[in-house]
Amino acid sequence: MTGVGDPSVLLEAERLALQVGERWLCCEFSLRLAAGECLVLLGPNGAGKTTLLHTLAGLRAVTVGSVRLGGRSYADWDSLAAARFRGLLAQQQPDHFSASVLQTTLVGRHPHLGRWGWETAADIAIAQAALAEVGLAEFAGRDVLSLSGGERQRVAIATLLTQAPRLFLLDEPTNHLDLHYQIAVLELFARLKRNGCGVVMVLHDINLATRFADHVILLDGKGGVLAGAREEVLQADHLSRAFDHPIRRLDVGERILFIPD
Amino acid sequence: MPGRTSPGFVIAGLMLVGVCALTWALSAGDLPIGLADVFGALFRGAEGMAADVVRELRLPRAVAVFVCGGLLALAGALMQVLLRNPLADPYVLGVSGGAAVGALAAMLVGASSWVVDGAAFGGALAAMLVVFGLAHGDGSWTQTRLLLTGVIVAAGCGAAVTLMLSLATDTRLQSMLFWLMGDASGASRPWPALVVLVAGLAVVLPVARDLNVLARGETTASALGVRVRRLRYLLYVLASLLTAAAVTLVGSVGFVGLVVPHLVRFAIGNDQRLLLPAALLAGGTLLTLADTAARTVMAPVQLPVGVLTALIGVPVFLFLLSRSSR
Repeated sequence: MTGVGDPSVLLEAERLALQVGERWLCCEFSLRLAAGECLVLLGPNGAGKTTLLHTLAGLRAVTVGSVRLGGRSYADWDSLAAARFRGLLAQQQPDHFSASVLQTTLVGRHPHLGRWGWETAADIAIAQAALAEVGLAEFAGRDVLSLSGGERQRVAIATLLTQAPRLFLLDEPTNHLDLHYQIAVLELFARLKRNGCGVVMVLHDINLATRFADHVILLDGKGGVLAGAREEVLQADHLSRAFDHPIRRLDVGERILFIPD
Repeated sequence: MPGRTSPGFVIAGLMLVGVCALTWALSAGDLPIGLADVFGALFRGAEGMAADVVRELRLPRAVAVFVCGGLLALAGALMQVLLRNPLADPYVLGVSGGAAVGALAAMLVGASSWVVDGAAFGGALAAMLVVFGLAHGDGSWTQTRLLLTGVIVAAGCGAAVTLMLSLATDTRLQSMLFWLMGDASGASRPWPALVVLVAGLAVVLPVARDLNVLARGETTASALGVRVRRLRYLLYVLASLLTAAAVTLVGSVGFVGLVVPHLVRFAIGNDQRLLLPAALLAGGTLLTLADTAARTVMAPVQLPVGVLTALIGVPVFLFLLSRSSR
């Protein structure tokens, strides 16, 4: 953990509590994410993982506590400048009109272009590189409406890479992905992390969290929050209580696995 | 957008076609007027009956029809982005219903054409405010809520229109029916609507790339720095005003607002920076061609222009649809 005012701190939340209507999703807690760290949000359905992620992304007003991006509250950020600093992968990807995969991916360049700016050859190169990262290099000319769910998810990830933020906020990045691409995508973000980016992601798979997280926030859906280093939070009894289901830990060689009983 | 035709080329081509359509509209009719005389009347202040016909009759009507087509196509394209629904058209949120209620109420009491125009525009704005207020309700303003509110208000307006038609005397009934079908022959004051059209395009072009981003969903758009709520208010008000101006000018011409944006999308893709001006030009051109055909094909009988837009547009649309689904 790092000190206050440290430029390597990408995201801080202080005494944050979330409320949806009358319901409190989580009691006051604090977090701090520095460059090169990965935070995973875990919890049962409806526990408020997406709400928390959107709050951290500055898309929801904070009622209790504060959120600071790169040391400043979102009110002090220009929305386009914030979009160059942090990017969000949404849980769902709506596609109602046909557009080419490349055109869709180029949307990520929006915060980097001026009001009247059009994408340059450099922007197109960035988008093509991003598509190659997610194994869609050959798909640039395809219509997004003709893609499978997993391919659309990878287009969304490529769009986020094209946005090129320092802080990645990912809502279930492994959605619709097959086993190979689940690992490939998480490895991709782990690589970005090692290169100085920060990652916050919502996951459902405890074992992927075990493998990729540095810090974990475990929401139990009843207002309880457990935040800390991976080894502290990812324990069978904490997980069993949060998910309201007995969960057992298995040690297989080097790897730790959690399986539901 | 890269890889396709250059934007300047597309817009220049559409402008050229639009000028050709307007020239045809000025030249064709019961009294055929040669191109030389048309240009003489327009640019060299020629005298005589042909010049008067061009300047006093055909020019206002051609401009009115072109502007109306442009307004409807632009409004339709914006509604489709706002509601993220390919089936949205300018009338889906009840703006034309409100205009019809206003115009027919004015006709029912025998008001002059200025008052009818004013009542139509007022009715359109009233419908826009009612839908906005009701859909806003709890502050959520979701697509579904907006669409449902608009469709219900439109249905209410439809009932009010039917009621007024059943109450009208025979002499007034005919002019009311003509108004409802969209009647370009009475459109003699196109200039205010032209101002609305140009101003609308000027407002929307600077945010055209934001609309591309909005198509990726509200969450993603917000995260990419688009002020989503403000943008959606702007879209709603602008599309409503454009529709109100079009309906006040010519009446509820169907089809243009729904189909022209799709035609253009098939041809050049969904980049709003190019789509919006291209749809405007294509809509104006299509309606100009349709109106000119409507008054010449079976002359002296004048067909309702909406029928012609459908007869031209449907086969073209189906052809492009079948081609694009390869």
